[in-house]
Amino acid sequence: VSATVAVDSPQLSAKAGFPQLLHAEWTKLRTVRSWLATLVIAALVMVGFSWLAANGSHESVCDGGTNTCHGAPPLAVGPGGEAVADTYYFVHQQLTGDGSITARVVSLTGVVSTAGNAVRVGTNPFDLHKPYLAPWAKAGLLLTPKLTQGSAYAAVMATGSHGVRMQSNYTSDTAGAGGAVTAASPHWLRLTRAGDTITGADSTDGVSWTTITTAHLANLPPTVQVGMFVASPVSGGGVNSPGKSTYATGRFDHVELSTGNAGTPWTGAAVNQGPGYNTMAPGGYHQTAAGYTVSGSGDIAPAVNGAGSDGAPAQLGLIGAFAAMIAVAVLGALFIGAEYRRGLIRTTFTASPHRGRVLAAKSIVIAGATFVVALPAALVSTVVSRHVLTRNGNALYPLSGATETRVIVGTALLVALTAVIALAVATITRRGSSAVVVIIATTVLPLFLALTVPGSVGTWLLRLTPAAGFSLQQQLPRYAQVAAPYTPSDGYYPFGVWGGFAVLCFWVVVALLAARWLLQRRDA
Amino acid sequence: MRRALHAEWTKLRTVAGPWWLAAALVVTTVGVAAITAAAVHYQAQSQQDVMRLALTGVDLGQAVIAGLAVQMVSTEYATGMIRTTLAATPHRLTMLTAKALVLAAAALVAGAAAVGGSVIVARLMLPGRGFTVGHGYLLVTLGNATMLRAAAGTVIYLVLVGLLSLGIAAAVRDAAAATGIVLGLLYLSPLLAAVVSDANWHRHIDQIGPMTAGQAIEATTNLSSLAISPWAGLGVLAAWAAGALLIGGGLLRLRDA
Repeated sequence: VSATVAVDSPQLSAKAGFPQLLHAEWTKLRTVRSWLATLVIAALVMVGFSWLAANGSHESVCDGGTNTCHGAPPLAVGPGGEAVADTYYFVHQQLTGDGSITARVVSLTGVVSTAGNAVRVGTNPFDLHKPYLAPWAKAGLLLTPKLTQGSAYAAVMATGSHGVRMQSNYTSDTAGAGGAVTAASPHWLRLTRAGDTITGADSTDGVSWTTITTAHLANLPPTVQVGMFVASPVSGGGVNSPGKSTYATGRFDHVELSTGNAGTPWTGAAVNQGPGYNTMAPGGYHQTAAGYTVSGSGDIAPAVNGAGSDGAPAQLGLIGAFAAMIAVAVLGALFIGAEYRRGLIRTTFTASPHRGRVLAAKSIVIAGATFVVALPAALVSTVVSRHVLTRNGNALYPLSGATETRVIVGTALLVALTAVIALAVATITRRGSSAVVVIIATTVLPLFLALTVPGSVGTWLLRLTPAAGFSLQQQLPRYAQVAAPYTPSDGYYPFGVWGGFAVLCFWVVVALLAARWLLQRRDA
Repeated sequence: MRRALHAEWTKLRTVAGPWWLAAALVVTTVGVAAITAAAVHYQAQSQQDVMRLALTGVDLGQAVIAGLAVQMVSTEYATGMIRTTLAATPHRLTMLTAKALVLAAAALVAGAAAVGGSVIVARLMLPGRGFTVGHGYLLVTLGNATMLRAAAGTVIYLVLVGLLSLGIAAAVRDAAAATGIVLGLLYLSPLLAAVVSDANWHRHIDQIGPMTAGQAIEATTNLSSLAISPWAGLGVLAAWAAGALLIGGGLLRLRDA
């Protein structure tokens, strides 16, 4: 390993500006052939490993009757463009023009499958179950223009343990009155349509009503479907276990339509039963003298990986970032470690006595170079793995352009900051190899443990170590209205996207400050 | 050869670094075993292998062994000591063999202490976390032939990881680069296996990767579901180590120091 120093004039030494310093460091980086090779290798391994991981992920659904297999069905997409779960039991009739529907929910009960895996539609659903009301089991009133998957809707509902909610278009969720549904405290619900505006209200007595919120459903046709619905989402679950399906039953009375056509018959429909969401049974309803009893399984909510939805693991596309991080950690460590080993560091400090500025220049050059290399690699990895995953029959979560950009740029940033931490640690230890061990132990190992070892060790390490920065690759948001494990294996990080990035930045700053302090305190 | 061995042993024991690394191996391995034991708890539906739980710390401890092996070669290149070493032992393969034997002996002793400590920690802590005979779990012990195989095999695993690292360090010489390559080689295969969904791919990665195949030796239950049988897996790692040593030895012979 050899390097040339651009700053060779003695007059420059005392007053050398920061641009000259940057130029000197850039010259060192670009003139060492093995370092340039490391940069290229970093890009290649990122793309290569992402491609390998995508290649190893096949998804197919086979039909036993005709013996044919095809890829996983595409995920349903809601009005906002996000993947959604849209499976429930609906007892409905038409409502033309403005109007409202009112009902009282007098009970909400449920069961959970005790079979090892979620029970699919059509397979002995009630062989193994026990009483259990899912916290987000829902029974209430719903308005939707059509019953196809992912269609717009507004609903007001009683839930298992989250009180009354007004929800619309999958992502919107507003709390109404609290408290569970019991015979002593039934919940009155009302949904009112005025043009494109739907108002949800609740009441304890059916006389005094409280508006929860209003929802705007764009381009709502004159005739819509309104009625009673019940859904009960998958409980538990995760990458290696699909969770257990649940089933809820709600009893309704005082069901009234403002248009007075309550005499027209209700139609029961098990909406969107199929491979999209694990249900226990399609559900059903019957009318009694007291009112209606409606049962159902499923959920109307944003799709959450690991909670009943069957998308490809969200982080597959950029798993190769690990390999690139190891390569740039070596580069960052060598960028200063080699100077200590060769004694070049003394020349560097003679040329630029302000040591903090040398460290700053080195950090900027290594961060810039690795970022510029990692960015196209991340882009290519994403495009290639998406193509391969789709070809292999995987259903991919649709992402907004902003999320896609953040994931790609964030991955490049993660790689660049890893190189900077490696540089700072190597400055502290003055040995490249120990810096590499430290970087791998604090970035690659925590995610490895989080993905492979059961329990919370890995999750805790993902909170405390620079590995928290992997959160930049998180593609799907968490939703308060969907109970799911939200594990790193499912693609969710403990502090959320920006919290994890903040932890990474904290470590970058700490490492650089410690390195600068030691640089100024020690002899070179 | 005896003089070369003696020289390598003297170099190893007379600097502080290797002693610190040996201590670090034991502390990290046993420490991670204790943290893991504190974090897991018995769940009726998921079947755990208590020996694997006890040996979780090896995932981290192997990085320390790799560091020790790399230091044995790279420090000599960094300081120029390698020229003195080769002046004293002109036959380069003898020098590498001596290094390998001394490293293997050191890794054997330190690895045995680390694995022994982990077994004791697991024995004391796991029953308190619900992994009791009443729940169908055996106590972690060395008195059982399968568990003894797992523990002894893991010590051999650590030795082989050391030899793999030594071969790579001899090939690339620079400490940082060698460490990066060794740890990349070890950790990337299980990471890849963790994310691919295809069972065949998963099995092949487990069979080929030096870490995933080698750690099959840690298994004591559900042996039929392993991607590769315990001793065959250790054999895969041995093949990796032999390959690395061959390449390292070959380059050592061909190149100037």
